[in-house]
Amino acid sequence: MSVINAVTCPICGCLCDDIEVTVVNNEVVKVKNGCAVCEAKYMGYKSEHRIRQPLIRKNGELVPVSMDEAVHEAAEILANANYPILYGWSSTNCEAQRIGVELAEEVGGVLDNTAVVCHGPSLMGTQEVGIPTSTLGQIRHRADVIIYWGCNPWSAHPRHLERYTSFTEGRFEDSEWKTYINKVKAAAGRKKVLSAQRVAPKPQRETVGESAVESVVFNKPPETLQKEGRKLIVIDVRKSMTAEMADYFIQVEPNKDYELMQAIRALVKDEELDVDQVAGVPVEYLREVVDVLVNCQFGVIFFGMGLTQSAGKFRNIEVAISLTRDLNARTKFLIMPMRGHFNVAGANIVFAWQSGYAFGVDFSLGYPRYNPGETTSMDVLLRGESDAALVIASDPGATFPKKAIQSLVKHPLIVIDPHMNATAMLGDIVFPSAFVGIEVEGTAYRMDNVPLPLKKVVEPPEGVISDEELLKKILAEVRRIKAQKAKKTAEVA
Amino acid sequence: MQQKLHVTLLTGRTIEQGVGKEYGKSSHQYYEACSMVYMDVDDMQKLGVKNGTNVKVTTPNGSVILKAVKYPRGATPGLIYIPYGPWANAVVSNATTSIGMPSFKGTPADVEAALDQPVLSIKELLKKEFGR
Repeated sequence: MSVINAVTCPICGCLCDDIEVTVVNNEVVKVKNGCAVCEAKYMGYKSEHRIRQPLIRKNGELVPVSMDEAVHEAAEILANANYPILYGWSSTNCEAQRIGVELAEEVGGVLDNTAVVCHGPSLMGTQEVGIPTSTLGQIRHRADVIIYWGCNPWSAHPRHLERYTSFTEGRFEDSEWKTYINKVKAAAGRKKVLSAQRVAPKPQRETVGESAVESVVFNKPPETLQKEGRKLIVIDVRKSMTAEMADYFIQVEPNKDYELMQAIRALVKDEELDVDQVAGVPVEYLREVVDVLVNCQFGVIFFGMGLTQSAGKFRNIEVAISLTRDLNARTKFLIMPMRGHFNVAGANIVFAWQSGYAFGVDFSLGYPRYNPGETTSMDVLLRGESDAALVIASDPGATFPKKAIQSLVKHPLIVIDPHMNATAMLGDIVFPSAFVGIEVEGTAYRMDNVPLPLKKVVEPPEGVISDEELLKKILAEVRRIKAQKAKKTAEVA
Repeated sequence: MQQKLHVTLLTGRTIEQGVGKEYGKSSHQYYEACSMVYMDVDDMQKLGVKNGTNVKVTTPNGSVILKAVKYPRGATPGLIYIPYGPWANAVVSNATTSIGMPSFKGTPADVEAALDQPVLSIKELLKKEFGR
């Protein structure tokens, strides 16, 4: 039995690096410090849903084949395709992503990562107006106002609050755990009293004074709500679990984040609004929240899919960044996207340093080109222009709209994934791969673009190799096929 | 005539979906977490459906049968929330507004009760939608 400390969790953009994993006989048996999703990953990696050997679709069924055959078939498809899509990359390490860029350049396809259905609009918004941001350590130690806009870290980044924001013990800011627990206790106490009142028959009291005292006691909000120190503000279209913990919760109408944000910008600049409510929120309440924003020492806005996937998309991000800029005229404010996959930020960075663009890179003309809406994989699929696809370390079969998947399965589909996911079920050639961060080491970028090392804690199953090795094999085979073809053409000429 | 409700469709992450996807997309946990729709309790009453009843969600892009679940935290009248997954993708809008991002949140949809229609498993759903 061995206990491995400081393991980096390969799931979400938080990349918690304090996980403790217990390994017995090359198998993870216990995980400490992780969230529910982390535990599911470390316990579920060895499940029956794992792909154990390469598969090829023959007569409609996926049948096992040898690695060499599968590599040759896949390389044949990619080498002969005119406009292949190479999509995914977010759940693998930077080393594999680098080979991916090389492969895309070799086959002249569209190279895209999952940012296209995630924070692609955030990258575009950033390209418009820049981004004032920092690392998470600064926020942990200094932030006294934390805003979660259109995101629910309790579900998507379960330890974000605990590791980086409200519930952390920072050097200059205290944890809000105690306050939160007091709040819950106060609320529970209030509920108990209220239910007891409902159950018990109301005593007929003649004395007016006593009942007046009673009503004062029960109508007063709990003391803990009017607190000093860190404040948590949540802006969402529905009351999420994170919103329940918040000091201020703004319930915005769907698709109206843009106008709400512009209204807040106006209030930050001391402008008067001529309306009573904006996007379903009373202006009076907004004014109260803006007071908190401009009076803080160090604020931060975290935003998620609520902004990037609803109406406005990258314009929402642009105005969120502009709001941060406006707030910086009054106090100190930062903004950060809540990245989803553990290495989607790494995919953006690797693609950008190799090709100049973070996502949606088109190599079909022999040089990298980027035009969101044209060279993004989603649009290529919806227009039905691609003639083959390689999907790695992601599951568009479960994340793309129906029409895009229909276009994806019309042409040869190569899938590389550890699990039998929805895309693998639809694939023509399916490769198994080792879990990055469990069976393979490597580098991944956290949501604040800090690179962290991933650890290898167990050996991969027999015959299963890493994404990096597999891609190298495919790339070598593609080059061999292309060289052969060029030789043949030369001979004919 | 069957009563229909016009609502706004949201899709997104839930912690159960996150746990399910890590166990595997063909796992029981994933099926339970993703083949459902959160609805407002008043909206459910209007349609005459109870917690756990099957409903049919229809958009211009398609329709899907899901299990209706009461949203436990506060009122969300006129909103339905489906966790990310193949079931949600059967109905989400593919309008990318020329920036590559489909409209996963805030598109119109219709909901109606579908008591006698079953919720498909992931394999059945993929077979139905993509023939594989």
